[in-house]
Amino acid sequence: MERRRPSRLSYFLSQNVGLVLALVMLAAAIVLYCAVYFVEQATLPGNFEITSTVNNTMPLVLAGMGQAFVVVTRGLDLSVGGIMDLSNALAAVQIHDSIPSMVGWSLLILAIGALLGLVNGLLVGVGRLQPILVTLATLSIYQGIAIRILPQPGGAIPPIYTAVLVNPNQPWALLIVLLIGFGWYAFRRSALGVAIFAMGNDEQAARANGINTVRAVVLAYALSGFMSGAAGLFLAATATAGDATTGNGYTLSSIVAVVLGGMNLFGGRGSGIGVIAGAFVTTMIVNILFFSNIDPLYQSFYEGLFLVIAVVLGTLIGRFIRRRQ
Amino acid sequence: MSRQSEVTGAAAAPVIEGINVSKAFGGVQALDTASFSARPGEVHALVGENGAGKSTLIKVFGGRLRPDSGEVRIKGQHLDVFTPDHAHTLGTWTVFQELTLMPWMTVAENLLIRREPRGRLGLIDRSSMAEEAHSILTGMGITTVDPRALIEDLSLANRQIVEIVRVIVQDPEILLLDEPTSSLGENEVKWLFGLIDGLRSRGKCIIFTSHRWNEITSIADRITIFRNGAEQGTFTQIEESEAVTLMTGRQLEAQFPHPPVLGESKPVLETRSLEGAGIRNISLMLHAGEILGVGGLAGHGHRELFFSLFGAETTTGGEIIVDGTRRRIRSPRDAARLGIALVPEDRKTEGLLLPMSVGVNLTLAVLPQISVMGVIRGAHERRLSMDMVESLKVRTPGLRNPVGQLSGGNQQKVLLARWLLADSRIVLLYDVTRGVDVATKHEIYELMMQLVREGRSILFYSSDAEELAHLCHRVLVMREGQVAAELKAPDITAEAIVSAAVREAERVD
Repeated sequence: MERRRPSRLSYFLSQNVGLVLALVMLAAAIVLYCAVYFVEQATLPGNFEITSTVNNTMPLVLAGMGQAFVVVTRGLDLSVGGIMDLSNALAAVQIHDSIPSMVGWSLLILAIGALLGLVNGLLVGVGRLQPILVTLATLSIYQGIAIRILPQPGGAIPPIYTAVLVNPNQPWALLIVLLIGFGWYAFRRSALGVAIFAMGNDEQAARANGINTVRAVVLAYALSGFMSGAAGLFLAATATAGDATTGNGYTLSSIVAVVLGGMNLFGGRGSGIGVIAGAFVTTMIVNILFFSNIDPLYQSFYEGLFLVIAVVLGTLIGRFIRRRQ
Repeated sequence: MSRQSEVTGAAAAPVIEGINVSKAFGGVQALDTASFSARPGEVHALVGENGAGKSTLIKVFGGRLRPDSGEVRIKGQHLDVFTPDHAHTLGTWTVFQELTLMPWMTVAENLLIRREPRGRLGLIDRSSMAEEAHSILTGMGITTVDPRALIEDLSLANRQIVEIVRVIVQDPEILLLDEPTSSLGENEVKWLFGLIDGLRSRGKCIIFTSHRWNEITSIADRITIFRNGAEQGTFTQIEESEAVTLMTGRQLEAQFPHPPVLGESKPVLETRSLEGAGIRNISLMLHAGEILGVGGLAGHGHRELFFSLFGAETTTGGEIIVDGTRRRIRSPRDAARLGIALVPEDRKTEGLLLPMSVGVNLTLAVLPQISVMGVIRGAHERRLSMDMVESLKVRTPGLRNPVGQLSGGNQQKVLLARWLLADSRIVLLYDVTRGVDVATKHEIYELMMQLVREGRSILFYSSDAEELAHLCHRVLVMREGQVAAELKAPDITAEAIVSAAVREAERVD
């Protein structure tokens, strides 16, 4: 009766279909981007293109990562954009050109992001309310506060702050991507990671195993808030000024990054590394469309089309691989 | 009941006790001032019908539920905190009936959850986790479960094994097992009883529930019988018939009813060389008013056959003929339209909408018939459901209560009742009596007889060969996805079924 044990690689492939597909998709997007770029410019993308792509993607990497924590618990965080707006507005108004101000306010803004996420988490976890309802409401509230802090786009971010976070000449931000990747690696191997994933697998079973599922949910939302706060800071640093509305689009695109990253929206499955890849794919699509001379009016049409194709293909390939196992 | 080891002499003080424990869910009194105690070094069986309160008592002991009133004492100490963690610190570990494994985590992650080995930076070390899980499994004699596999990809029996291993590795003082054998095969039951024996000889206390009487008598030192949420007595020796009387509160007539004599009748369902995932070249013929049994060892294509006939699995070749006409059954909807109904074993995931009411679940398949222009006629729905609930003796506080609140056997009855209402002519029963108590089993048998007397036909798979032998007109024995033997009326015995399945198995290997 004993069957031959599948190899390590085949286990990895069948258990991480989403991650593998996301990485393949990223590779394909990079190749396609280089191809259309080459056709247009007769040269390959250089340092400038790489740097700007990385810098443009960073806020989405952070926001998508935050969204990922919540999605693992079978939730959805719609307030991502609101927290980014608030963090963005606070940064533009408060951060001045001195080390204590820059460090102090950055930390404070991250803490505020985590706190706002914590509020979501308490409402969902302790209050037992629907995640979509809770975060839809807090999205409006956080946006409202952001507008109140910075009614018109403006404020200023010290150039040195921008230079440190988003060096416009070198893709230093890739180091932050690496750091986030390692953060996910550590999270997956921590007690909190186990609790959050177990909760997303089966809440009843997790509780029977003595896992504090309420705490897991609350912390997942707090982590999401923290990451959204960081995304808002990054956005401000890139723009060198504040705008209390630029974060709005990130609520949906963070979900797109999570989906393209191969994460299961029903919780309990998926990888943050995939979400990083998903975020980059999202940016690459825009770049590819740009260099393919597609009418900007149709851009969102093609983005949507691509998303549907990616999800359908991903599901079919995933099913195929699992069936073969 | 023969053995009674030295340690379990009357002198030994109980290690766990429940005194006048009560617990209600909604309107159902699951435990009604129940008292129970078990001693170190004994295996104590809890028996009773589904809904008698056994699982609830186990959950209270295991820290999953806080009783409404009454007292629980562990080693003489009053228990005040009811959480799984606290129970664990007191040495009480439970194998729950509904498994508590994480489907998308690996066997190793599940086995070692919350006590994962740590490596550098205090992070979980996955490779030593896999090694540790491997040595735990092999240490308990399990070689067929790969620690790196996802739970989702394991068979039900292997999941149950992982669940048991996970608890036993904690070396419990008090081990609670809620129907641990219902999804295990014969060899696996032997394996489990070996482990239980080892624990007993080391002075541990084991409390378990089961519906299989021969298992109970082979391992239990004492038996406590539950009915209606309270104990009916504790025995070291009791005859099955006496126990059944205590469990049901009434005398049970002959254990198996006889199927009505089948005269000439026309075929209603026929397959010719049906092929699909897990099934090969299956040709069978089911007549009106017939109970056609399907037997054989678990995992030999029965499930695939039943689900293919119900349109829930795709077939790759062959024909399905209903009432003389060739049909394609692509979905359960197609099947329902042809009058084919399926009652699966795993009612939790395959058929019932647990959070929805009993009424809704009953009438789900007949919504068009009881609706006027898409609007359900409420009074009509209620009357139909009420009749069903009464005639099938479904124990529910009301039609509006969610099905999930009912006990397993009663959920099974709701599912059966749905297809009765739907006037299905061909009923596929897939191991419907697994994990169901004696009295409910009997009611299901009677229901089957009623169905065929009305001229409907039943295709009946059961993992219990005894059942097949008594209830069926004919029995097909499956092996490796094929029909290996067909047994007809005078020659159907449990032994013949088992030997047909095994003989074939030996020959092919």
